[in-house]
Amino acid sequence: MAILTAKEVTKRFGGLVAVNKYDFEIGAEEIVSIIGPNGAGKTTFFNCLTGFYQANEGDMLFLGQRLNGRTPDQITRMGIARTYQNIRVFPAMTAIENILVGEDPRLKTSWIEAVIKTKRYTKEEEEAVAEANRLLEYVGLTGMGDQLSHNLPYGAQRRLELARALASQPTLLLLDEPTAGMNPHESAEMMHFIKKLRDDLGITILLIEHDMRVVMGISERISVLDFGSKICEGTPAEIQCNPNVIEAYLGRGAATGLSETPEKTVA
Amino acid sequence: MSETNNFDYRIPLQNGLIAGVVALSVSVIGMVTLLAQRYLIAGWLTLGQVILFMAPAAMSYLAAGKAPQNNRGIALIYGFLTGLISALPLVALILLNEVIDLRQFLPNVSPALIEILTFGRGTVAGSLFLIIVTSVLGLVAAGLYLLPDRIRRPIFSGLIWTFFFGMFSEILSDRLRTFFGTDFAKLIIESKALRPVVAVTIFIVTASLSVLWSRRGDKVKGRMAKMDTKSQNRMRYGLIIFGITLMLILPLLLGTYLSEVMNMILIFALMGFGLNIVVGFAGLLDLGYVAFFAIGAYTMGVLTSTGDLGVAGMSFWLAIPICVAVSMLGGLLLGMPVLRMRGDYLAIVTLGFGEIIRILVLSDLLKPYIGGAQGLLKINKPVIVGIPLIKPDQFYYVALAGCLIAAFISYRLSQARLGRQWMAIREDEDVAEAMGIRLVNTKLLAFAIGAAFAGLAGAIFASKLTSIFPHSFNLLISINVLCMIIVGGMGSLPGVILGALALVGLPELLREFAEFRLLMYGIVLIVMMLAKPEGLWPSAIRKRELHVHDNEDYEDYPEAMAPRAETRDPGLEGPSHL
Repeated sequence: MAILTAKEVTKRFGGLVAVNKYDFEIGAEEIVSIIGPNGAGKTTFFNCLTGFYQANEGDMLFLGQRLNGRTPDQITRMGIARTYQNIRVFPAMTAIENILVGEDPRLKTSWIEAVIKTKRYTKEEEEAVAEANRLLEYVGLTGMGDQLSHNLPYGAQRRLELARALASQPTLLLLDEPTAGMNPHESAEMMHFIKKLRDDLGITILLIEHDMRVVMGISERISVLDFGSKICEGTPAEIQCNPNVIEAYLGRGAATGLSETPEKTVA
Repeated sequence: MSETNNFDYRIPLQNGLIAGVVALSVSVIGMVTLLAQRYLIAGWLTLGQVILFMAPAAMSYLAAGKAPQNNRGIALIYGFLTGLISALPLVALILLNEVIDLRQFLPNVSPALIEILTFGRGTVAGSLFLIIVTSVLGLVAAGLYLLPDRIRRPIFSGLIWTFFFGMFSEILSDRLRTFFGTDFAKLIIESKALRPVVAVTIFIVTASLSVLWSRRGDKVKGRMAKMDTKSQNRMRYGLIIFGITLMLILPLLLGTYLSEVMNMILIFALMGFGLNIVVGFAGLLDLGYVAFFAIGAYTMGVLTSTGDLGVAGMSFWLAIPICVAVSMLGGLLLGMPVLRMRGDYLAIVTLGFGEIIRILVLSDLLKPYIGGAQGLLKINKPVIVGIPLIKPDQFYYVALAGCLIAAFISYRLSQARLGRQWMAIREDEDVAEAMGIRLVNTKLLAFAIGAAFAGLAGAIFASKLTSIFPHSFNLLISINVLCMIIVGGMGSLPGVILGALALVGLPELLREFAEFRLLMYGIVLIVMMLAKPEGLWPSAIRKRELHVHDNEDYEDYPEAMAPRAETRDPGLEGPSHL
């Protein structure tokens, strides 16, 4: 049963077609990757899904509801959370505050209750902080709650961003290059963590990733984009030997096995 | 490293020339001459002398700081030379004035100025004397730099306090007269200046207090930290009660004039709390903030005026909630069209909004209702149990109440969910929206609550003056309030109060130096932003934010590195032990 379906999604910037009639589906509790060379339109697709861009054409359905025309905050409230390719934690806020902002869609009390400090408000706030601490521990940042997030080391910021996304208790989690800038050891850890996330919380995960070891190790299905169009889709094994994919990544020569391959890959 | 161990002639030259040019400028614009009539310490020290010699002393102090470490000799020579060089531009002025009459070009180069610069000793002897004075001063400043911190700090605080009392001697004398009688006041202050004995006493007392605090302060803090929560709470309540009592009896201590100044400070602080929400918390740069102040004031005027233009003749208390509501509505109206704008664009649009309101108030269109340039007169004063609060020391309580309410609401909100939403929007609007924050609601709330505080301030202001005119609501008010929260520290509530004291209170108290007030104001702002960009009392986070980079520069600075090393380890191992 698909929880997210995208049909013929197209996004144009002037004359440039960033995403071209892209069909995509993801089932409950699946881990699916979107891969493709730089500029293939992966992040643009994410931005269309989360409402940051409005798709020019096509339909996006999430749990039976249309995503088109909704604002990012509405989409988050429907149960889609995301992280960013270049980390975008709130730099001058502490780690705990970052996660509390992530929890925001679930909090109910109004500002007037906060001013007069009703019992309901105090209770909600206490629970929210407890939950934030729990999440902090879950992503392995125990005891760093009071640090300003931009003082945290790189890897910790990535995890903080993940905790912030989890705080809204999403059904679908979009991860934009979760292992960017990590060494192989850290990437492997992150990969295990993503799997564990799915198993623990039963959420669906869609990720954009460049690190092929991660992609092949983690994905149940892979969708490949090139110049905005889908060139193929399938299991990791199927993708690895698909000539279209090899061509997109390494150039025409590589796919047909000619001798000039090495130079082309370098270029 | 060997390079920095040597004497570098450029340092005293540079510092000395800067100091000399500053001293020359303050002389040529007439500051020194005018302020030389004002004695700080009777018969000994004038304010003009302080202004003249401040730059040489400060630059010598800085020059000593640039000397190689552990080389006291070079530091002292730097100080001496800086002082010496700083006198040269002044000497050039004196000599040049002998040759040609500079007064035709520079009207302030009067015989009086030359008299001050040469200490009345004639051209040659006076010039030499001036050079000796600045050189010795430079030497002393450098020596001060070399003193250990525990001695230097008391000296500085003694100097600052003595200067402070000398500066405000008139107010001090007025207060002393009220409480201890004229004779006692005359004993302390002689024609606006401290008596030398008193000045020395103040210096000794404040310096020893500083010594006492630096010796005992840590112990006291430590003992307080060791106390159990119960007595800590008792302590806190004690402090709060003390604070409230102080606030309540303040007008009795201050007297009429200072109460009036205090009222202005409180009204501006109230506006500051509002703008602090919009700019400090939510990061929305609003340059038309005075518009809401005007809306509040005119609503109060129209509703309570007993003059020709009054419509309801309401009481102050009945009108207050209406004023707040109308300003809030104004905030929403402004907020709506500018929701999608950021940064500079927002600033320009709000600037326009402020001007629109001011011009509307001035316009013929609204003249039949609010009086145009003739203003609105006979606005009601607040009445409590039959007593109208007319005198400044009575009205103080109204302004205080408004200010406390605004501070309380700001504090609660800054700790709450809404405060976090504002902060998130300030940090990264796109991500905040992607985290599920409703940008429209959150921004509008910031505008509306900010406008409500300004409206309250406007209403209190109108009632305080009992008549209001359009020219009271110009752009300068917006800028002044903005400067206030920047100087105090963005997003910091105690900072708003400090900012109001510094930028509303001080200029008010320095009225006797009217001509140079704005110049000083500008210089203070520039120095402030260079030396302490995070503000006088920064919010905890802002302080950390601005000083993170300082630590990064010193890689072998152990305290800066220690927490990072700690954070890195669990960071790397994280997911594996989940």
